[in-house]
Amino acid sequence: MAVLELPQWTALAPALVFVATALALFVIDSINPHTRNRSLLAGTTAVGALAALGVTVWFMLAGVGTPTAEGGLGVVELFGGQFVVDQMTLFFTTVVSIVTALVAVASYDYMADHTYQSEYYSLIMLAATGMAAMAAANSLVTVFIALELASLPSYALVAILKDNRGSVEAGLKYFLIGALSSAIFLYGISLVYGATGHLQLEAIADNLDGADAYGGLLGLGILMLIGGFAYKTASVPFHFWAPEAYEGAPAPISAFLSSASKAAGFVIAFRVFTTAFPVEATTAVIGIDWTTAFVVLAIVTMTLGNFAAATQDNVKRMLAYSSIGHAGYALIGLAGLSADGGELVMGAAMMHLFVYGFMNTGAFLFVALAEYWGVGRTFEDYNGLARQAPVACAALGIFMFSLAGIPPLGGFWSKYILFTETIGAAGTNGAMLVVAAALVVNSALSLYYYSRLVKAVWIEDPIGERDALAQPIGLYAAIVVAAVLTVVALPAFGPIADAAQQAAAVAIG
Amino acid sequence: MMIEALLAVTLVGALVTFVAPNRIAGKLAFAISLLPAGLGLWLFSAFDGSGNALLEGELAFESRVEWIQIGEYTVSWFVGLDGISLPLVVLTTILCTLAIVSSWTPIDDRESQFYGLVLFIEANLIGVFAALDFFVWFIFWEAVLIPMYLLIGIWGGPRRKYAAIKFFVYTNVASLLMFGAFIVLVFSLGDAVTSFALPEIATAMLEGGPEAFMGVAGSTIAAAVFVAMFVGFAVKVPVVPFHTWLPDAHVEAPTPASVLLAGVLLKMGTYALLRFNFTMFPEQAEAFAVPIAAIAVISVIYGAMLALAQTDLKRIVAYSSVSSMGYVILGLIAYTQFGVGGATFQMVSHGLISGLMFMAVGVIYNATHTRMVTDMSGMADRMPVAVGILVAGAFGYMGLPLMSGFFGEYAIFFGSFGSGRLPYSQVFTPLAMFGIVIVAGYLLFALQRTVFGPYHLETDYDVGRAPLHDVAPMFVLLAIIIALGVAPELIFEMITDAVDPILENGGEL
Repeated sequence: MAVLELPQWTALAPALVFVATALALFVIDSINPHTRNRSLLAGTTAVGALAALGVTVWFMLAGVGTPTAEGGLGVVELFGGQFVVDQMTLFFTTVVSIVTALVAVASYDYMADHTYQSEYYSLIMLAATGMAAMAAANSLVTVFIALELASLPSYALVAILKDNRGSVEAGLKYFLIGALSSAIFLYGISLVYGATGHLQLEAIADNLDGADAYGGLLGLGILMLIGGFAYKTASVPFHFWAPEAYEGAPAPISAFLSSASKAAGFVIAFRVFTTAFPVEATTAVIGIDWTTAFVVLAIVTMTLGNFAAATQDNVKRMLAYSSIGHAGYALIGLAGLSADGGELVMGAAMMHLFVYGFMNTGAFLFVALAEYWGVGRTFEDYNGLARQAPVACAALGIFMFSLAGIPPLGGFWSKYILFTETIGAAGTNGAMLVVAAALVVNSALSLYYYSRLVKAVWIEDPIGERDALAQPIGLYAAIVVAAVLTVVALPAFGPIADAAQQAAAVAIG
Repeated sequence: MMIEALLAVTLVGALVTFVAPNRIAGKLAFAISLLPAGLGLWLFSAFDGSGNALLEGELAFESRVEWIQIGEYTVSWFVGLDGISLPLVVLTTILCTLAIVSSWTPIDDRESQFYGLVLFIEANLIGVFAALDFFVWFIFWEAVLIPMYLLIGIWGGPRRKYAAIKFFVYTNVASLLMFGAFIVLVFSLGDAVTSFALPEIATAMLEGGPEAFMGVAGSTIAAAVFVAMFVGFAVKVPVVPFHTWLPDAHVEAPTPASVLLAGVLLKMGTYALLRFNFTMFPEQAEAFAVPIAAIAVISVIYGAMLALAQTDLKRIVAYSSVSSMGYVILGLIAYTQFGVGGATFQMVSHGLISGLMFMAVGVIYNATHTRMVTDMSGMADRMPVAVGILVAGAFGYMGLPLMSGFFGEYAIFFGSFGSGRLPYSQVFTPLAMFGIVIVAGYLLFALQRTVFGPYHLETDYDVGRAPLHDVAPMFVLLAIIIALGVAPELIFEMITDAVDPILENGGEL
């Protein structure tokens, strides 16, 4: 295909499309600084995100990033290995661009009365650029830069409702914890550099033997890196910003952060730990198997997220804690790595993040719709909505049951493949059996609070009289598309599963 | 492709009904449901399979397409019918059509959603009986829960919310247990299986059995998996002591949902026991024969005693299901042609008879708005036809010759009494037969008080003859019950043909 003749740097095209869209939005803003032309702004953003998606899918089909041994065009390394475009990069870029497109379409209605329209959309695009860069970053320096590029616009986005105390407070909390974890992450990078003398991920792996004398230093560095990832993926112990930030932020931004940003956080965790710190070699140097840390984190994160979610009365907070719970599920991908491989578990975690991208975005967008209607925030406020808005509520039912992992929906496949592979990994690492048990218990528990929301909208009767509900076209379209994707993900899971497993196999090598 | 056509027609019909106007939804759903019912009868007449689906039998209407590759395991879309599943599929399609007609009177709120969900349940039930790949089967198995949860939760009685959530949590937790056990089994079978196709797993189980996995001996794993799966399915059946969700769900569910719950959903449990536990684990079934037979007999006697203590007609019928399902388990554990064949026959027969009973109670309730035995007497005076059918159904329950209940129970007792595989079978069988006496006791007692004697009603309703569309479905059911009682070989031949291969693995022909 024509991809062959393009120069190497075009492999970063998805990220470039995002940044170009952000610049286009700046141009629109500079021509007319106070433009409220929502169609133009949201439309440009959505088109940009869809263009990035199109390029990514085209690359995937053309074989960019697929190893030449499997008939692809080979993994693209750029700037001396600082960036890499392989199947994992493209896989996660797909997630980011789909979520970005959905969020842009939904924001058309949600942000209708907002003053800073073009700023809002360009910040989304810049954050998406950072996330796409995270998917490609292959050195601790580029990882950190991409991480900050994704984080800084996110702080502003959370706090963008400047007249709303909750939004501003959430933005501040998010920023302070983000700054703390960035500092820890950076310190971890410096320790790893001190021990191995390298920042590029393959080079770190090659020089692990030389770090024998600094085993403790390296171990501490790795621990600090884990802290940085935990922040970006909203996992224990840096999870506590998530409920505050998601609750205070505009709901589309909550969707954006909890889906795309979390997936991007996982891609750097997957890449750094599989490429730079192979289990066997690292264990020989630091004396501890780092997967143990992820076993503990996975169990604690999913349990804490689910138990906290079960006690919430506020729907948005419930979804925030459920997103922490899902981070715990995805962490299994790292916990299940072993000297013999573990690409199946990691592939399963990637599938879960993929499907989670639609269903969780959809759930938060329903909250956005409810905020747009002004019906209130608690479960009781949602009572009986299905009588007035059956289509949106049917979509909500799809998201909730899919998040709970009930068939026939996309979330079923990813969660059950994850479960299957966790038990498979238990053959080499007995601790995975505990993880599998925790996964089952948490899934059963999660059903309680997910079905509680379904029960509220479908089964309960409304508390008081409610005015007729509007049907904002953008929000409705985004929700319905997310619901359709969640349903279609079930029959069409074959390609998703193949892509994830191949990507994981290549990454683990 | 016929099974796919059957599923597609039902699913598309469900969607169409869901968005149809409430006014015509009932009639529309009835018209649509005639298609799967007709197709089901056509499948019945064109059936050309032989042997058991899991044990190298000739499948009818088979189709198999690769779907997803999970590591080294293939998941396929794999469906087909044999002599055990075909009668259950036909039962499902007929019972759903009749249940739809019987809901015309009681359902007067959100009709399109109600009928849409009934058709959606029908599709999933067909899928449960037709699927031959574990994942496909599990998708349908779990997907039944969502519509049933909503049917009970939205259209149920006063305590519907409690009943719906109890039903959902009980059966879902049981499914998770069963699912986990089955995955462990597949992994412990090692290289002998490369897919989740049930026939392949059954062959591997019968030829080699599990290897050591995670340091646990293969025989221990087989026993543990057998017990876990038995418990998982026993909740669905249900047997004592896992039966407590059943009376709540039945009493609160609207009549058509009760018909489907008792008529088909309970059979999912016994069908799965036959397919999984008793086909794949003949050795373990023999080792656990005494405790399982004890559970069966306790369910028969205790269920009947509970029914005897009720004053709510619907509760009486609900508890009698526990009792009847005990017979089925007894027949299965006997491992003789009449035992297992009779148990399968009894699944169909009980589906018809309990469906009829629930419909009859529903018709009386529609008119009187009470189900309490103490609130009414002499109903035969006002509703002679409906009451006549109720009495006929009760006699079917008691096992009156020339009705299908007689043949089912007779075959089970005949098969279990002479079983050489079941120790103390000459003790268990007479104990279970004593259950019939209690059944006759509570049914006759309830009928005597409600149906006969001078007319009296506590509630202020004018009771007249039931409308034709309420009575017609009951006549159809009664006709099928009598037809199967007079000529059981209509389905018993194909059942024994499919059951015999199971018995070749350690049972008695």
